[in-house]
Amino acid sequence: MAEEHIATGAEHGEAAHEQHGPMEQFTIKPLIPIQVGRLDLSYTNSALFMTFAIALSALLFWGATRARTMVPGRLQSTAELLYSFVQDMVVSNTGKEGMKYFPFIFTLFLFILFGNILGLMPYAFTFTSHIAVTAALAFFIFFAVTIIGFARHGLHFFSLFLPPGTPLWMAFILVPLEVFSYLIRPFSLSLRLFANMLAGHVLLKVLAGFVIALGFAFGWVPFLAVFGVTFLEIMVAFIQAYVFALLACIYLNDAIHLH
Amino acid sequence: MPQFDPSTFSSQIFWLVVTFALLYWVVAKIAVPRIGEVLDQRARVIQEDLDRALALKGETDQAVQAYEKAMAAARDQAGDHMRAVTSEAKATADARTAELSAVVGKQVAEAEARIAKAKEDALASLRGIAADTAKDVVAKLAGLSPSQADLDAAVTAALKETK
Repeated sequence: MAEEHIATGAEHGEAAHEQHGPMEQFTIKPLIPIQVGRLDLSYTNSALFMTFAIALSALLFWGATRARTMVPGRLQSTAELLYSFVQDMVVSNTGKEGMKYFPFIFTLFLFILFGNILGLMPYAFTFTSHIAVTAALAFFIFFAVTIIGFARHGLHFFSLFLPPGTPLWMAFILVPLEVFSYLIRPFSLSLRLFANMLAGHVLLKVLAGFVIALGFAFGWVPFLAVFGVTFLEIMVAFIQAYVFALLACIYLNDAIHLH
Repeated sequence: MPQFDPSTFSSQIFWLVVTFALLYWVVAKIAVPRIGEVLDQRARVIQEDLDRALALKGETDQAVQAYEKAMAAARDQAGDHMRAVTSEAKATADARTAELSAVVGKQVAEAEARIAKAKEDALASLRGIAADTAKDVVAKLAGLSPSQADLDAAVTAALKETK
């Protein structure tokens, strides 16, 4: 399937054969080919939807903070609701010190939320269904949290791997376990979002394929299923953005407060 | 699976970094300060309103207390006044009654004295008439002429009996 991918514009013209499988929707197509040295930095459909996501967020904030009235309008209410929601999440999981990282968590939440939601539009591309994107975000959080932890606590940060009050003989079992669960974090974090978005979109596509295959006689059965699953996916889009941001908060809390 | 095509990773991650950094800048430099300011300001205004409402309520309570105190004082004063007026009126009435009853008593006593005198006069004249009548009756019936002393004694005895 990798052959479908087109790295440059020249290849794009030749290899434009369309394949209508459930995985076709995840194909990355370059829109503006950009090659820097040996790196392919093409502006793709993925980049386009990232642009849409941040443009929509920026538009929301522009509309919401234009008037800044005491009694908020619709847009201002929406932005304030999102703000308070993420703020509560940050404060309740990392405490007051965590508010320093609130803009980052807020950005993370909005970026994933808009990516997930926009991806549900017909003909849209879901950049959060790509492991490269989710892994990049997850590893960034992992390294940032580790650096913050060492910066705040120095070598004392290693005490994270041994909960206080543990008997010494237990340390031989517990420390490797804790280290492993710490190192696995970026993988579980990135796979969770990636797998959720991938599975949802494949499911929708397969069910939609059945609608065509069964025709007018029985097509309405999978059509109703698509209808229901779409609502489920809207919920999943929100929940996965929430879970990603929440876990980032929990990891930050470990770095700030150890245990 | 297009997800596992490594040739797309560089462009995905590059644009992820670019767009994410842009959004971070928008959020950190524009959205968060502005929304935070609005929320803080709203919280401040609500707190101020609450404080003011509390102060006003305190003032109201004080005013109500003062009003109740004034009402109680006025009620006491009115009661005192009523009692004073009532006792004064009662004293005046008593004095008038006493005065009137004295006058009436005097008049009654005078009248009684007059009646007693009239009665005595009447009795005195009755005694004379009775004695004369008795003398005449005795003279006519018995042909005797009793002494004046006997007549008087007989009349007195008869008057005593009839009494």
